[in-house]
This record gives sequence, C-alpha cells and structure tokens, in this order.
Amino acid sequence: MNKIFEVPLYPYEHSPDQDELTPVRRKVVVIGAGPIGLGAAIEMAQQGIEVVILDENDKVSFGSRAICFAKRPLEILDRLGCGHEMVEKGVEWDVGKVFFGDRQVYEFNLQPEDGHEFPAFINLQQYFLEEYLINRVRELQATGAPIEIRGRNKVSAIGTHPSHVTLEVETPEGPYNLEADWLIACDGANSPTRSMLGLDFVGRVFEDNFLIADVIMEADFPTERWFWFDPPFNRGQSALLHKQPDNVWRIDLQLGWDIDKEREKRPENVIPRLREMLGDEVEFELEWVSIYTFQCRRMENFRHGRVLFAGDAAHQVSPFGARGANSGLQDTDNLGWKLGLVINGQASESLLDSYNFERIHGADENILNSTRSTDFITPKSDMSRLLRDAVLDLSEHFEFARPLVNSGRLSVPCTYDGSDLNSADALNGPADTRPGSSCPDAPLDDGFLLPKLGGKFTLLTINTDAPDQIEVDGIEVTRLALNTGTDPNSPLKQRYLGDATSAVYLIRPDQHVAARRPTYDENLFHAAVRRATGKE
Amino acid sequence: MSTLTLTPNIDGADDFYADLLATHDGLSNADSGALNARLVLILANHIGERKILTEALKAAALK
Ligand SMILES: Cc1cc2nc3c(=O)[nH]c(=O)nc-3n(C[C@H](O)[C@H](O)[C@H](O)COP(=O)(O)OP(=O)(O)OC[C@H]3O[C@@H](n4cnc5c(N)ncnc54)[C@H](O)[C@@H]3O)c2cc1C
Repeated sequence: MNKIFEVPLYPYEHSPDQDELTPVRRKVVVIGAGPIGLGAAIEMAQQGIEVVILDENDKVSFGSRAICFAKRPLEILDRLGCGHEMVEKGVEWDVGKVFFGDRQVYEFNLQPEDGHEFPAFINLQQYFLEEYLINRVRELQATGAPIEIRGRNKVSAIGTHPSHVTLEVETPEGPYNLEADWLIACDGANSPTRSMLGLDFVGRVFEDNFLIADVIMEADFPTERWFWFDPPFNRGQSALLHKQPDNVWRIDLQLGWDIDKEREKRPENVIPRLREMLGDEVEFELEWVSIYTFQCRRMENFRHGRVLFAGDAAHQVSPFGARGANSGLQDTDNLGWKLGLVINGQASESLLDSYNFERIHGADENILNSTRSTDFITPKSDMSRLLRDAVLDLSEHFEFARPLVNSGRLSVPCTYDGSDLNSADALNGPADTRPGSSCPDAPLDDGFLLPKLGGKFTLLTINTDAPDQIEVDGIEVTRLALNTGTDPNSPLKQRYLGDATSAVYLIRPDQHVAARRPTYDENLFHAAVRRATGKE
Repeated sequence: MSTLTLTPNIDGADDFYADLLATHDGLSNADSGALNARLVLILANHIGERKILTEALKAAALK
C-alpha cells in the first residue's frame, strides 16, 4: 500500500491562467501548500476572498515532521474545519518519563485543565494534518468558494510593486506569469521568496545533529513520552520516544556535530542504534529517517509591502517544544482577518503592520523557549553540563528540581502585550484574559465558548447588557450574551470575571481580547473597535 | 520585600565550614563539582525569591 505522503494529492492540472497573454491578477496568492500555506488559504477562502495556492510539489509532507499539536492550534484548526478530525485521529497522552543514564529519574502526569473542548495536545503526523487541510480545500471548492491549489507550480521569480506583486511560475508545461494583489509566502524554512527578495534570516545554528526516525512497531510501549538524557544506547547525547497513531513511533536521537550525515542515515547504521534502544525482541520497520541541524532564527520583518511571510519562512525554531507548525498556524490566524479587512476596504494597509508586531512578539517568545530547551538538552559548556546533570540527579530525589528539567516546553499561545490594537485594561479581572490574550475556552450550557467566537468581532457580555449588534466604520460586531449563573466555580467566571461581577469583552476575529470593561459604554467600545482595526 | 543578606548570618560559622569541607572529603574534582552544583540548586530553591537570587548571582560574580 502506498503511504499517504507518496500519493499526489494535488496533481498538476493545466490552469486557464497559463494561456492568457496578459498575466491574470488574483486577490491573494499563497506560495507553499505546507500546513501554514494551506491554513492561510482556507482562512481567506472562508471569508470569501479569492485565493490561489502554488506549490512546487504535489504531495503532503514527506515523513511525519511535526507530530505534536497543542490546544491553541487545534482550536484554530477547528475554525478552519479540521480540529475534530485531528483529535479523533491523534493520540492523546499525559504521562511522561525522564531517564538519565540507565535509570528513570521521574515520571510526570500533565493533567490537563478541565473545561476545554480541545485537549492540551495530541500527537499526529504532519502528513495527516496536511491531508485534512487539502480535503478541506476540496470541500470549500465543492461549495463554490474561490480557492484553488496548483501542484507542481514552482515560483521562480517575484517582482514587488506598490499596488501588486508579479510572479513567474514554472510548470511541467512551461512557465507562465501571474499577478497578485497580496502575496503570502509560506514556502518554508529555506523560503525561496525570502532569497528572491534578498531578505535576511538571522539567528543561531545549534552545532548538533539529530536523527529523526519514524518506526512502525507492534510494541506494547505505553502511550507516554519518554525522554533520555545520556542513555546507554546513545552516550553523552539525548533520545526521545513518542507515540503517533497507526503504531508509528517517533524516535529522535541526538548525534553530535562531527558526523557523516549520509552515513548515519543509512538503514544499516540506523537499525542497530534503534535495536539497542528498543531491545532485541522488538520487531520494527523504518518508515522515515532524516537528519536535522536545528536553528533558531527569524526575519527582521514579516511584512514587506504586499508580501507577507508566515510559518517557517518567517521564523524557525528547534523542534523541542513543538512550536514550528503550532506557531505558524497562529501567524495565519493573526493575518487572515486583518488582510480580509484591508482587501474589503474596511481597514487601511497599516493594520498589517500589527501582524508584524504581534507575530514577531510570538516568534521571539518561541525562539526564547526553544533555545532554552536546546541549551538544556545539548549543554554547550562543561559548566552547563555540570549544572544540567545536577538538576537531573536531584530530580530523582527531590520534587523541586523537576520543573528545572527542560526537554521542551509545550507551546502555549502568546499574549500580544503592548500591541497598538489593545485598549487599556479597564476590568479588575483575571490576568489570563487581559487585552492581547487569546481567549481561553469554557464550557457553556450548549457547548463551548470558542466556537461561538470565531471569525468575526464579538462583544461578549457576562452578567450585563449591551446592544445585540453594533457597527463601526462598516465593521459589524455581534453580541454574545452570557451569564455565569449561581456556580461560583464555573470556568467562565473564573477565566473571564475573577473578582469582577460583570464584564464586556471586545474579541477579535482571531479570538484574542481587544478590550474589556465591567459594563458597556458606546463611545469607549466604538473607540476600541477602531483601535483594534488600526484606526486610532 | 527582603534583600540578600551579605552580613554574617550563620550560627557556628566554623562548624558549617568544616561540614562543607567534610562533605567534599575524598571526592574527585568532578564529583566535588557536581556536589557543589547540586548544593547551589538546593539553596537557590530554598531561597526561591527571584530578586534575591538575582542579587546573589551578582554578588557571586564579584562585580
Ligand atoms: C523533525 C521535525 C519535527 C518537528 N516537530 C514539530 C512538532 O512536533 N510540532 C510543530 O508544531 N512543529 C514541528 N516541526 C516544525 C514543522 O514541521 C514546521 O514548522 C512546519 O512544517 C512549517 O510549515 P510551513 O507550511 O511553514 O512550511 P513547510 O511545511 O516547509 O512547507 C513549505 C512548502 O512550500 C513549498 N515551496 C517551497 N518553495 C517553493 C517554490 N519556489 N514554489 C512553490 N512552492 C514552494 C514546498 O514544496 C512546501 O510544500 C518539526 C519539524 C521537524 C523537521
């Protein structure tokens, strides 16, 4: 049977655009049908905005790559139409074990907080995510949404102009030219768009190599995350074992810097290593092997006129903490509604500068976290190794040392503190829902909060009154009226009121809080909408 | 809020110092280094307060 990543899911098809003498102008062109490009395009199409995705390939990601998806991206994917599929197929896990040398030093149970529709995280191969996103593209097409995906369309040149972008595209039938009002570059860490525009990508390379293998095995290892520091089967290095659906297991083995990559990748060298790790009795089959060097870096600016960068093209992190795809989806979530307002003439282009500010904030947070994890996992000096080992030794005996063990901090959404789109906090409420925060979910009588918020501006009122609908410069804001009832411990109360007795939240289409006050005030909330759309 | 104590504060300072040395008795340099590292982490956790820890890091750097 062919693996899903060996099947062309969007094979090349001739487009009428290739026959035009004058290049056709499209509203939005997305380069790259990775998870981020697909997410960006679906977002635009759901708003009814014409979008064309170009990818030089015609298949989903080869090998699993991203496997760990956190709650926030699952919530975003839910709005894009794939969240539930992800959870149904994905593997949920809570227990992790940490090994040091030949012994287990401790075990943890990440009991997720109650009252959220989506789990704290799941494991799922990236190719499934991409497959679901492509299915979603097909579904949108079937309903007549203006979205197109063109396989084996390689962008080979880009010209930028004040009013549009020009593209040269190579296909199996020869090149053609295309124009776009807006270009979203999601062409991955080696982004040809970035190079073609001569843009920087600065940061840190970690002088280390990791062997990443997906193995298929019928083993009764439990559904847990096992992380080894300095194991007997990989002395002086680290290792990770993590379960994915369909009996696929992810194995990461740190190899060090001075190695022969081609040699290490050969099955005759990989298999003995894995055998040593898994034990002689375990039967396994290699699905995919790759060797990576990790980098933490980002572009100086994610916006260059009409070209917007998202995902790995804009920023790259080491995989510890699962922040690559997770943060890329937050990029497109942030960008989609803003670009929609600009295209529809409801906001000025300058709103897009807030995309730059907010997502650079996110990228820096991710780079900081994943740099710290990498420094713990691969100590760079004798002293950092000594301290690292001290933490691990202590963690076996004393609970206090366990939070210092850093084998990756799971991605949590970033709060856009300091963004120009936020209005000053005017509620004596919980810090986690201050302006800039992404809304935490909460159970309601009829389902969950987040699905009621997505995609548009919402005025969330809790235990207080407001108009059902307001309109500010053509932007509609719809009220969602809730009451906390009598339960003093309801998650809605705890997450949105705290010590306050009532609240009105202005929530952006990407489910981030723009403003909050105890009660509704027409002038102040109109101003908050203008502010949240870059007009004040 | 408290500040880092940099005036004498240990009851029986000589005894403590002797205990510290005794704990290292017979250890190789590597093992002693590891012990010191563990000790630093234990004491840091006991103090807990980030501000004091920051002051202690500065004081230790003798700058
Ligand atoms: C080993 C490993 C483990 C990882 N684990 C995780 C994890 O657990 N969680 C997580 O969130 N992230 C993880 N990541 C990161 C994650 O895989 C990436 O962040 C994610 O794939 C980025 O998606 P993207 O859409 O930005 O880019 P990509 O997936 O790289 O897609 C770029 C697309 O652009 C296309 N393209 C490139 N050039 C052109 C061109 N000139 N013309 C047309 N098309 C072009 C390519 O064909 C490709 O389809 C991991 C990565 C690795 C390598």
